[in-house]
Amino acid sequence: MAVISYRQALHDTLRAELARDEVVFLIGEEIGVFEGSYKITAGLLAEFGPERVRDTPISEEGFVGAAIGAAMLGLRPVVEIMTLNFSLLAINQIVNHAAKMHAMFGGQVSVPMVIRTPGGGGQQLAATHSQNIEVWYAHVPGLKVVAPSTPADAKALLAAAIRDDDPVIVLENLALYNTKGEVPDGEQVAEIGRAAVIKPGRDLTVVAYSRASVIALDVARQLEADGVSVEVIDLRSLRPLDRDTTCASVRKTSRAVVLEDDWLSYGVGAEIAATIQEGAFDFLDAPVRRVAAAEVPLPYAKPLERAALPDAGALAKVIREVLDATRFAR
Amino acid sequence: MAGKARAAKPGAAGHAPSGGEPPEVLRGYYRQMALVRAFELRAAQMYTQARIGGYCHLNLGEEATVVGLMAALESRDYLFTTYREHGYALARGLDPGRVMAELFGKATGVSGGWGGSMHLFDAEARLLGGYGIVGGQIPPATGAALALAYRGEPGPDAEAVMCLLGDGTTNIGAFHESLNLAALWRLPIVYVIINNRLGMGTPVERAAAEPDLYKRGCSYRIPGERVDGDDVLAVRDAAREALRRARAERQPGLLEAVSYRLRGHSVVDPAAYRSGAETGRLRALDPVPAFRARLLEAGVLDEEAALRIEEEADQQVTAAVTYADDSPDPTPDQLFAHAYASPVPNTPRQLPGDPVVSGQ
Repeated sequence: MAVISYRQALHDTLRAELARDEVVFLIGEEIGVFEGSYKITAGLLAEFGPERVRDTPISEEGFVGAAIGAAMLGLRPVVEIMTLNFSLLAINQIVNHAAKMHAMFGGQVSVPMVIRTPGGGGQQLAATHSQNIEVWYAHVPGLKVVAPSTPADAKALLAAAIRDDDPVIVLENLALYNTKGEVPDGEQVAEIGRAAVIKPGRDLTVVAYSRASVIALDVARQLEADGVSVEVIDLRSLRPLDRDTTCASVRKTSRAVVLEDDWLSYGVGAEIAATIQEGAFDFLDAPVRRVAAAEVPLPYAKPLERAALPDAGALAKVIREVLDATRFAR
Repeated sequence: MAGKARAAKPGAAGHAPSGGEPPEVLRGYYRQMALVRAFELRAAQMYTQARIGGYCHLNLGEEATVVGLMAALESRDYLFTTYREHGYALARGLDPGRVMAELFGKATGVSGGWGGSMHLFDAEARLLGGYGIVGGQIPPATGAALALAYRGEPGPDAEAVMCLLGDGTTNIGAFHESLNLAALWRLPIVYVIINNRLGMGTPVERAAAEPDLYKRGCSYRIPGERVDGDDVLAVRDAAREALRRARAERQPGLLEAVSYRLRGHSVVDPAAYRSGAETGRLRALDPVPAFRARLLEAGVLDEEAALRIEEEADQQVTAAVTYADDSPDPTPDQLFAHAYASPVPNTPRQLPGDPVVSGQ
């Protein structure tokens, strides 16, 4: 077991999958000669050549759609969209086509395509380059959306996505690329559609995904010192959504908070809260709270950006409020 | 490479009627045109009787283009079409009964009743879909050509892709992005603009700043050619040559086939934007009677043989309606049958009103 970065885990998995299966190829802007905007594909052009690491012009709808067509004929394209924001240029192909084809054509064709793309704010990239619009895709039947929060999951979920016969969006996160963690050696393929309890606890459940899971884990560890036992659930898959793991946890802890980087309204937190009230209503001691981004286009100036994004302080405060409201005593 | 326009004479002119063509080939084309005509007239009728739902776009007036293009396309090639596609499916060899069954939303339809008129699909016939979103098929068709280039070598026997699109579609971004990619990457694909002069009700001249649509490939050094879409042989020959270059030279092509839509945009459109005089003029240009007259004149058909072909087409369509009528509806227990190609845990299978989580 090696300790490597999230970026390295993605890179190594792409390399291993390219070597494993010749129908796998990479396609996207600046992934070859430039080695990727975030260097995930560094060295792969030299190793696998321009057919398998295919640079594209700036044509998101064109090259995402081309990946769909290549997948229809049995190739396994792994598309890099430079950031999640740019996926909006291709959303017609993703939502109206990739997501529909298997069902709409009566099961005669599948689209084994992966779209890797980083979301997330906090880098002073301002409003158009800082969005978390993964929930738009998580809303759509026919797509799968996974969101690894650790290097180990980056490896295992990306490998699963590449081997899956459906279009899978692998949500990466700019703030996670340099984070490090233990990654098991050898082939690791996760099961898409399962959440994980990444820290067991008794008193309160925090549900999160992607960067928010890392924050939630930090906060939970700090609260441990105060005698508060927080269970942290990393959703890992936004579609399909593993509701049972969340409900089972809340039936045990009776309290729940959702942390997400996205805007609050209509978000993952809303879906989780609705799930909990249906699946664990009788066990709840307090309303489910959501900690999410302020509902503004994310500003550039650091104090404004910081104020808009949820952080460990906001999560800890809300956890404390829920505990106090339920007369929690350690 | 500005491309060229073949003499696009309207009506029955064009190639000499029998110029070296085996008579049985010409009769075969007429048989297919007659079948498409009969099928589409019956589809319109079935639509007005509410046997067909949703949208329904007909190939009436486009029969020569349909049959010419499909004659050029080899069985090893792949076809992506628009939502105006019944005729292409028939000329590609799909069973008329299964096409009609799809329009009727039956389980035996070519897409199992999931797609309807706009989304016909047959993996075996390499008809990779009708597409209901204007131009949605162009990037995937380009990607299918990328897959062919990824796997195979160019040559006279190589596979190629034909991607159909309407005249209005040449104004969308995906058209231009895709042509650029196809030319950059030298992909074996022929884009065919089916120019019926109207994008719904908007004439080409009001929608395209370069209304000679075949010239729009020149930004990408893709040679363009315009053919008389009412001339089945001209269409076939131009498509064959474009496909040859795509196969052998990996040279993508752009073909514009000009014909006239004889009816409204869809079955429910009365085409009130057309004058009575224009409607009359279009009838005179109708490619089906025109081709019939050519074949009679050339002695390839006599009146009796022509009538027999038309009766057979009618009988085929009647049999298709009977087959569709007799076919079972898809059943609700199949609603999630195609949720995913790779099954995964926690896939939603709730019907409206079902609980989202199992009991507490």
